[in-house]
Amino acid sequence: MDPSLGDLNSALSTGTTIIGVTYNGGVVLGADSRTSTGMYVANRASDKITQLTDNVYLCRSGSAADTQIISDYVRYYLHQHTIQLGQPATVKVAANLVRLLAYNNKNMLQAGLIVGGWDKYEGGKIYGVPLGGTILEQPFAIGGSGSSYLYGFFDQAWREGMTQEEAEQLVVKAVSLAIARDGASGGVVRTVTINSEGVARKFYPGDSLPLWHEELEAHESLLDILSTSNPEPMDS
Amino acid sequence: MENSSYSLLSSEADSQRTLYPYVTGTSVIGIKYKDGILMVADMGGSYGSTLRYKSVERMKPVGKHSLIGASGEISDFQEILRYLDELTLNDSMWDDGNSLGPKEVHNYLTRVMYNRRNKFNPLWNSLVLGGVKNGQKYLGTVNMIGVHYEDNHVATGFGNHLARPILRDEWHENLSFEDGVKLLEKCMRVLLYRDRSAVNKLQIAKITDEGVTISQPYSLKTFWNFSAFQNPTVGAEGSW
Repeated sequence: MDPSLGDLNSALSTGTTIIGVTYNGGVVLGADSRTSTGMYVANRASDKITQLTDNVYLCRSGSAADTQIISDYVRYYLHQHTIQLGQPATVKVAANLVRLLAYNNKNMLQAGLIVGGWDKYEGGKIYGVPLGGTILEQPFAIGGSGSSYLYGFFDQAWREGMTQEEAEQLVVKAVSLAIARDGASGGVVRTVTINSEGVARKFYPGDSLPLWHEELEAHESLLDILSTSNPEPMDS
Repeated sequence: MENSSYSLLSSEADSQRTLYPYVTGTSVIGIKYKDGILMVADMGGSYGSTLRYKSVERMKPVGKHSLIGASGEISDFQEILRYLDELTLNDSMWDDGNSLGPKEVHNYLTRVMYNRRNKFNPLWNSLVLGGVKNGQKYLGTVNMIGVHYEDNHVATGFGNHLARPILRDEWHENLSFEDGVKLLEKCMRVLLYRDRSAVNKLQIAKITDEGVTISQPYSLKTFWNFSAFQNPTVGAEGSW
């Protein structure tokens, strides 16, 4: 079988990098945009940061089908909860609803999730819900296959009480580093910033990201390079 | 034509069984001392071989008289804490002036763990339950297959192999708080050296007739200055 076709029967998964970071005033969620079936990139511009309510978003990693259905259920429950409560749901409630589904169906699901948002009681909060359905409130969370490459980076670069700009730059840098080394992550970097003022979505296309080790600046064509350099550019 | 009557080996309700743990905690150690119980656990939540979470509280108070420490799957421990919340809530709703002691809580947990084991859907934990009620000290343990017992010192996981021999040698009745803490720290240092899933951030908890206190997280110093560590292969060229 042609290796480039990959295994078209393997589960559609978000081999991914997802990140959630708190800062003084809110949270920044970030993710790559690659969805793969085996070796083939099924979607190179997917959106892995999904809205649950006006003020709470979910970063999805693992099986695309599993995480999509979990988001749909939690959005539905939160909608009803908001009506009954008469005010926006808290991030904690959203995270616990995610946990209930993840824990009670642990044998059937492959979903690593990061819940992030802002509410008037606790401000910006991030909750990690890894495989198995554990729930852990954290100042920052990383997940997906690309996160393996970021543990050391965050150990060194994370600080408490960053500004919004610092937090956003940290997230973009981190996702970009993970994309550089994780074959299952790629495409664009998407961020969602949530604070008391609302929600802001940002988009960083692949060619606008910094270059890392052994990566080269992009060109339209070799011909552009040849014309600007010396007359004997082609080495034997 | 297939029908359900031949499925004796695999039940139709086979979908619910915990196959393997994901986020796990390592050893918990508990000892009796003069005024009550001392318990220690590190704050690590491992994800396979990755030391993924380093601020997980694996010991929690239960009611007024008990303290639970858990190793194994953290999500199952979080569920057990919810069961215990319900248990203590219902107990206090009786409003009869009585409250569950550690022996009763331990027994409840044993029934929960053993019954889940019988359904082939265990809560993947080893638990330490310690407490004091009316001056009576209690220290017990129960694990995912329902094995349960009480002793003067108990441990889970690696602690059974590395800490208990130390405790068998150095534990004695009426340890002071300071001696108890030093003894537990000695055990935790050994675990730090020898257990791959140990992290150097721990909490010690104390329970006495007055109540439960859990310390702030702290780290232990480790010793690497043995001369034999400096140049281990000198004198045996090509050795390792």
